[in-house]
Amino acid sequence: MADSGVTEGPDKKEEIDRAKSEGKELTKEEKQRLRKEKKQQKKNKEKKDDKASQESEKEKKPLSSPPPASQPPPQSTTQKAPSAVPAPAPVSVPASEAPVPADKPAKSKAELKAERRARQEAERASKQGKKGETGQQAATSKQKAPPNELQPVVKRLPEHIQVDNPDVLKKLAKKLERQQIPLRMDYGYKVSLFSHLHQYSRKAPLTQQVSIPSTVIHPAVVRLGLQYSQGIVTGSNARSVALLHAFKQVIRDYTTPPNEELSRDLVNKLKPYISFLNQCRPLSASMGNAIKYIKKEISNIPSQCKEEEAKSKLLNCIECYINEKIILAAKAIAKSAIEKISDGDVILIYGCSSLVNHILCEAFEKSRKFRVIVVDSRPRLEGREALRRLVQKGISCTYVLISAVSYVLPEVSKVFLGAHALLANGYVMSRVGTSQIALVAKAFNVPVLVCCETYKFCERVQTDSFVSNELDDPDDLIVTRKGKTHLKDWQEVPSLGLLNLVYDVTPPDFVDLVITDLGLGMIPCTSVPVVLRVKNVDQ
Amino acid sequence: MELQAVLMAAGGGSRMTDLTYNTPKPMLPVGNKPLMWYPLNLLERVGFEEVIVITTKEVQKMMSTDPKMKVDVKMKLDVVCIQEDGDMGTADALRHIQQKIKTDILVMSCDLITDVALHEVVDLFRAHNATLAMLMSKAHEFTETVPGQKGKKKTAEQRDFVGVDQSGKRLLFMANEADLEDGLSVRKSIMRKHPRMHIKTGLVDAHLYCLKKAVVDFLTENKSISSIRGELVPYLVRKQFSKTTDSPKMKDDAEDQTQKKNDSSTNHELLISSRDEPLLQLAQERSCWNDHHGDMSEAYHGGKLRCYVHIMDQGLCYRVNTLAAFIEANRLAPKLFEEPAVHPSAVISERCQMGSDSIIGALCQVADKTSIKRSTIGNSTTVKEKVKVTNSIIMHGVTIEEGCNIQGSVICSNAVIGRGADLKYCLVGNGQRIEPEERGGELAYQTEQPN
Repeated sequence: MADSGVTEGPDKKEEIDRAKSEGKELTKEEKQRLRKEKKQQKKNKEKKDDKASQESEKEKKPLSSPPPASQPPPQSTTQKAPSAVPAPAPVSVPASEAPVPADKPAKSKAELKAERRARQEAERASKQGKKGETGQQAATSKQKAPPNELQPVVKRLPEHIQVDNPDVLKKLAKKLERQQIPLRMDYGYKVSLFSHLHQYSRKAPLTQQVSIPSTVIHPAVVRLGLQYSQGIVTGSNARSVALLHAFKQVIRDYTTPPNEELSRDLVNKLKPYISFLNQCRPLSASMGNAIKYIKKEISNIPSQCKEEEAKSKLLNCIECYINEKIILAAKAIAKSAIEKISDGDVILIYGCSSLVNHILCEAFEKSRKFRVIVVDSRPRLEGREALRRLVQKGISCTYVLISAVSYVLPEVSKVFLGAHALLANGYVMSRVGTSQIALVAKAFNVPVLVCCETYKFCERVQTDSFVSNELDDPDDLIVTRKGKTHLKDWQEVPSLGLLNLVYDVTPPDFVDLVITDLGLGMIPCTSVPVVLRVKNVDQ
Repeated sequence: MELQAVLMAAGGGSRMTDLTYNTPKPMLPVGNKPLMWYPLNLLERVGFEEVIVITTKEVQKMMSTDPKMKVDVKMKLDVVCIQEDGDMGTADALRHIQQKIKTDILVMSCDLITDVALHEVVDLFRAHNATLAMLMSKAHEFTETVPGQKGKKKTAEQRDFVGVDQSGKRLLFMANEADLEDGLSVRKSIMRKHPRMHIKTGLVDAHLYCLKKAVVDFLTENKSISSIRGELVPYLVRKQFSKTTDSPKMKDDAEDQTQKKNDSSTNHELLISSRDEPLLQLAQERSCWNDHHGDMSEAYHGGKLRCYVHIMDQGLCYRVNTLAAFIEANRLAPKLFEEPAVHPSAVISERCQMGSDSIIGALCQVADKTSIKRSTIGNSTTVKEKVKVTNSIIMHGVTIEEGCNIQGSVICSNAVIGRGADLKYCLVGNGQRIEPEERGGELAYQTEQPN
């Protein structure tokens, strides 16, 4: 039912649409003008006491932000329009609300309008409040500039980076309770920049709260979780392989309950195990991809397949996955990488990457003459393990700590880095310290080569190391020298926080080449989204 | 299923015959609960639902009539009876129930009273894929005078030498003083792999072991091993460092040569690997973790057999196998639980002085003008007027007539203490009658032991 308010509406709508389609934000004047017109509209409508009109909600955000999504067009006989969905916010703003369903019977329209307005005001106020809390974070995190956020897509932030939001915590607790997995408590004071992440203590393992002959969780998964949280299985590849091994045991011991289908029930059985492993240690990108693959394979099992056959098929799939994505990929990458290693090279590596170690050992076997400088950092000191493996092979190595990197770089000819994940915008996520090495190498004009299998390519986008990271046990930073432990009582000092970051993100400008498998060989960092797209098309 | 619990309750209590000649050790009352209730309670609290109990027929009969066991123990007890003649060692008992064992086992002894966080031991077993994980605790000196013994008789306790690595978790060496005739010798292979070893002597073994199923299978093959503690554990600890036929390492001491033949034949049984061994191997290779630093070998030195120990330094851990331990346990066991010291059904007169650290059992009758301090009174006991009980343990069904003075003593079940008796540090056996006006100090009253 058209009314005068609506006739004004479409013009304004066109304007707004035009502005949005051009990808521009509405300037302040435009916004003001729109607001005035809106008020006019409202007054007209109230006078006429007509059906509800849409209120185009322009939330004024202090930070530059994309305009909020528009509502569906007004014209029809809709009783109430759903209130506007707040736009997909930049990462700093916590989870957005879902559109409120709009079926309210018999109340009078004016009352309903007033109610709705009051509700929207309340939401706006609460949002401002939340923004105040996370304002610090927002100031530091880079602004994502999504140019064309027109559609009302509700982007939800993953729960593991919203630990300071009590609602999210409550939801997580409920979910874990439903799955009968214990909740692991956070430990110690968290540095404010990272208070949105979990921080656990190694001395309080999750197995404290699990019954000892674990019945809810498969014993292989409990063992795996324990090994993750104690650091016995570390490294992206090792964690994935161990995960798939545990899943093999689970599938072997699985029996389909009556009246259930294997394809659906097994996936449901795996969900609590994955939550448990997540509680022990946040899942890595490679593990996430492996889990996606398994879930897909399980749900693709035809329903008439017998249980034994299905199980053997799944076990076979897992074997193939490991073989293709990890073992053969390592071989292919080594082959490409060895071309880049020439005689007389001085290669710098950081920490302990299983792939880089493999490459260097292979190159040494193919009689390339080179020497290696191993850079290491506290508190993990993983470089010692890399050093051991290389020296055992016979490669001549030098060992320095990361503080000496700029002293050592003038003699380095190449830098080989491993990666935990390659993000969709070309950033490399790796052990903390990697971006530092890449930066200094860039300053010295030393080529940086990142070696990464394709199964670690991840669709996430990240431009900084704050938003999504992992906090390790802060007590690892405490060291005892000459019998004295100065930081023993760090928790009692109120202004002291210990921060033990695990990952950091390296921009693609510092990376010269990515060596990967799947026949791609060497690609620039920015081709990662292309590879992802091609992979998705294949699957 | 991950772990099966096995409770060894067939032991004779050979070191406290004064108490056990009539009541079998597992049913001795400690804090008014039978001794085997404590390990069962620990297992129940941790989450076990079934326990295999290896015991004698006598104990089984007593178990079925004891109210505490029937009501409080909610788990399913699978009782396996063995002969009472006592020739069966703990390892023999495991061999006996080999059919029932389907997974890794957790073996406990019935005389263990502890409040350990069991997950510490089991986590070592799980995380490192260990063959053996055990519990030990710092030994406490028993300060109470042991009744029934004239003078302090210190039996020459054979010390245990336990060698652990730097982290204090890996078990490297275990030997009893009795086996070491002329000094403690440590193999070179151990020193090469673990240059720093801490050797401890003041530890008490809690007899709590997590064993892999392969060990039980190994026991069925090797019938010569009869005791877990005495033979199996030292054997496993030694085997960690023995040469395997497929490892091309240098030869060690000459004694290894003779052992080698035996070792290699039994090696493959103990190291039964999982079906996905190559995957586990791959995961370990790719993982950048090592349990030691400073030499060129991989994690665990490539050894597949690993023994771990968790050493408790705080908390209760008692093995009630001597009289002194029994008394100490009675003193401390009530502190483990939040139960009221006085049983609701006991009848205590108002003019009785009761210390807060005393326990009164069910259906007791305590008359006026009595004083009970630091003592444990069992069920259905009658204490008449003007009795002073200090530092003593009174078991069930005892009658104490008026005017008695009992100090530091242990009175077993169904005994009768005549009026006016004065007992200091005495041990009164089952069903004994103490004459009135008896003056006793450091004596043990018992009938001749039935043959």
